[in-house]
Amino acid sequence: MKGQAVSDAKNQLMGDIEQSTELLRFTTAGSVDDGKSTLIGRLLYDSKSIFEDQYEAIKATSERRGEEGVNLALLTDGLKAEREQGITIDVAYRYFATPKRKFIIADTPGHIEYTRNMVTGASTANVALILIDARNGIVEQTRRHAFISSLLQIPHLVVCINKMDLVDYSEEAYNAIKEEFSQFSSKLDVKDVHFIPISALMGDNVVERSENTPWYDGTTLMYYLENVHIGSDHNFIDCRFPVQHVIRPYKDEFHDYRGYAGRIAGGVFKKGDAVMILPSGFTTKIAKIETFDGELEEAHPPMSVTMLLEDDLDLSRGGMIVRENNVPDIGQDVDAMICWFSDKPLQPRGKYTIMHTSQDARCIVKEIRYKLDINSLHRNTEDTNIGMNDIGRVVLRTTKPLFMDTYRRNRITGSFVLIDEGTNNTVAAGMII
Amino acid sequence: MNYQLNHLRELEAESIYVLREVAAQFEKPVLMFSGGKDSILMVHLAMKAFHPARIPFTLLHVDTGHNFEETIKYRDNLVARIGAKLIVGSVQDAIDNGTVREEKGFNASRNGLQTAVLLDELEKGKFDAAMGGARRDEEKARAKERFFSHRDEFGQWDPKNQRPELWNIFNGKKQYGEHFRIFPISNWTELDVWQYLAIEEVELPSLYFAHKRKVFKRDGTLLADTPIIQKRANEEVVEMMVRCRTIGDITCTGVWESDADNLEKIIQEVSTTRMTERGGRTDDKRSETSMEDRKKKGYF
Ligand SMILES: Nc1nc2c(ncn2[C@@H]2O[C@H](COP(=O)(O)OP(=O)(O)OP(=O)(O)O)[C@@H](O)[C@H]2O)c(=O)[nH]1
Ligand SMILES: [Mg+2]
Repeated sequence: MKGQAVSDAKNQLMGDIEQSTELLRFTTAGSVDDGKSTLIGRLLYDSKSIFEDQYEAIKATSERRGEEGVNLALLTDGLKAEREQGITIDVAYRYFATPKRKFIIADTPGHIEYTRNMVTGASTANVALILIDARNGIVEQTRRHAFISSLLQIPHLVVCINKMDLVDYSEEAYNAIKEEFSQFSSKLDVKDVHFIPISALMGDNVVERSENTPWYDGTTLMYYLENVHIGSDHNFIDCRFPVQHVIRPYKDEFHDYRGYAGRIAGGVFKKGDAVMILPSGFTTKIAKIETFDGELEEAHPPMSVTMLLEDDLDLSRGGMIVRENNVPDIGQDVDAMICWFSDKPLQPRGKYTIMHTSQDARCIVKEIRYKLDINSLHRNTEDTNIGMNDIGRVVLRTTKPLFMDTYRRNRITGSFVLIDEGTNNTVAAGMII
Repeated sequence: MNYQLNHLRELEAESIYVLREVAAQFEKPVLMFSGGKDSILMVHLAMKAFHPARIPFTLLHVDTGHNFEETIKYRDNLVARIGAKLIVGSVQDAIDNGTVREEKGFNASRNGLQTAVLLDELEKGKFDAAMGGARRDEEKARAKERFFSHRDEFGQWDPKNQRPELWNIFNGKKQYGEHFRIFPISNWTELDVWQYLAIEEVELPSLYFAHKRKVFKRDGTLLADTPIIQKRANEEVVEMMVRCRTIGDITCTGVWESDADNLEKIIQEVSTTRMTERGGRTDDKRSETSMEDRKKKGYF
């Protein structure tokens, strides 16, 4: 259907589509049963983002199970095992849009056993919603998830004090929890913490302002999500281009073509820029920045492009294009915080595969500096046994140099995963310090 | 200077990144091509990812033999145009040689039979990664998928024990005999797909545009009238303006009453619809967890 129909649609739509819409990724967090999935269901339902057939399906399931109303948590708890147990096991992704923004939601599990899935959902988020049951207040999982959110450098935390309907919408209950959380979070590396009293079940302050909390003069959750300034998560200063793949077309007209394909991890690259390539350290210039749609004058995160260089140099997957006067840390010692996911504890002197940007290497655990006590945030240097769901600080020694930045500076060149060489499982998330 | 990408360009960049990871991490990846808009989108993104080289993947079509005619025509044109290699796995052949048994009766469908044929083709071709155009917004089990989804030697998905997937670091390591399913367009919604196909001017099968067709109603779903589907005596055939929102096996792909005969109208329709696109898929309606059950066995 090329031709007129498309051109018309294109002219009309291009404008709207191209200038629209910011994408906000948010995640839920907090202890088991504090109401995360119910909140997501409520948010989707009250913003009219649920389709009729989806609603009919969860209504029928709720009735069959003899539940009182329609259980909105079923919108994200889609696995058989989740529905049987009434808990979330793995992240569910949901999508909705308002005229202001497009949202990608990751609804994550609260159960400690599935912390790895919480980290999976949170690793790409701009905002974390931390739920707390107003009856129970802050529990260990609340602290763990809040700490993980700060480790991951999620810029905004929204503490949703939930089940207000079960504490008679008490301002005192709300303030007590707010106070306690603020004390805890003042010790964390978070920039922006916001509090909202809600009832996910009844809908108070989710999309509609509640009449049950006249003492609360803040905004609803939806208003917050639509308006929070997400600025930019990307680093536009330090030029980093990890080479993912080398494009060599086997066609006569592209005989000498060698394109370095990848996604910009930091900085703004311009055609003609003098650059340095790693690991060799040679310098050259960017001849072209190419895409399927034509050449670009400049490219920035998170664009996927292909770079052509003026000189023929040795560069392949795992290499990196940077600026001569702004190079990452090149080294074989990695100082990092890690979050451990495997039931087999981290082995001192153990060997693992490390994946960092487009590089793979092997590494050995050189030192375990401390394990973090999640409740007190105390750094335990005596007990350094890092087991499942523990967070600790380690030093790794790699078999070849990595091109690193601190995680604070760049989420892409500052992060890595560890892989068990026997099972091939991802056993840790690492953030470089 | 404004360095903000709009959401479609951000999704595009993410998918291209995933496709390039597949080319870099696997020895013999294959792209599952069904002829629907999602696999068409995937092919388009793959062309972008490897330009000016050809796409480094073979295409695999698992053919139930119960297709809309238009699908096969479109498929063959596309393959010729981009110069790709196509493998067709035939469900009919598998039935003929007794590998699988055909269902009988009014709601008989070959949808479930595709799994055996798919796994067979993956083994025959020694493919270590199979890319699919599944999207998380389609269905509740798909909402739980990783981009890189590990499958054991029987092709099974274990949703309770998925590998953590952090940031954009994709762990494609596996033992001999295992493979990965990869979903490069996981984060796209139906509306994103249509908006993007429109601005990119991608050619699409005519089935997606409203056209006159003989149809009948079964369990609230409109099905195309074809000799392949056995009709009940009381099922009355009428002619209507309809279009497909998904394209799959003709026996279980519902069509929708619609007058959206161009992209502009389709986008309008999709952005206001109150029904999910798989609402017309009778294969999903067989039980509450039919997608999850099929996926565990190796379906895409
Ligand atoms: N009264 C009341 N009950 C609630 C509220 N929010 C959630 N619940 C109930 O709390 C229970 C747990 O809710 P979920 O939404 O499944 O909790 P969750 O945080 O997603 O749990 P996990 O994902 O397993 O960690 C359900 O029975 C909900 O109906 C609320 O605001 N008020
Ligand atoms: Mg939940």
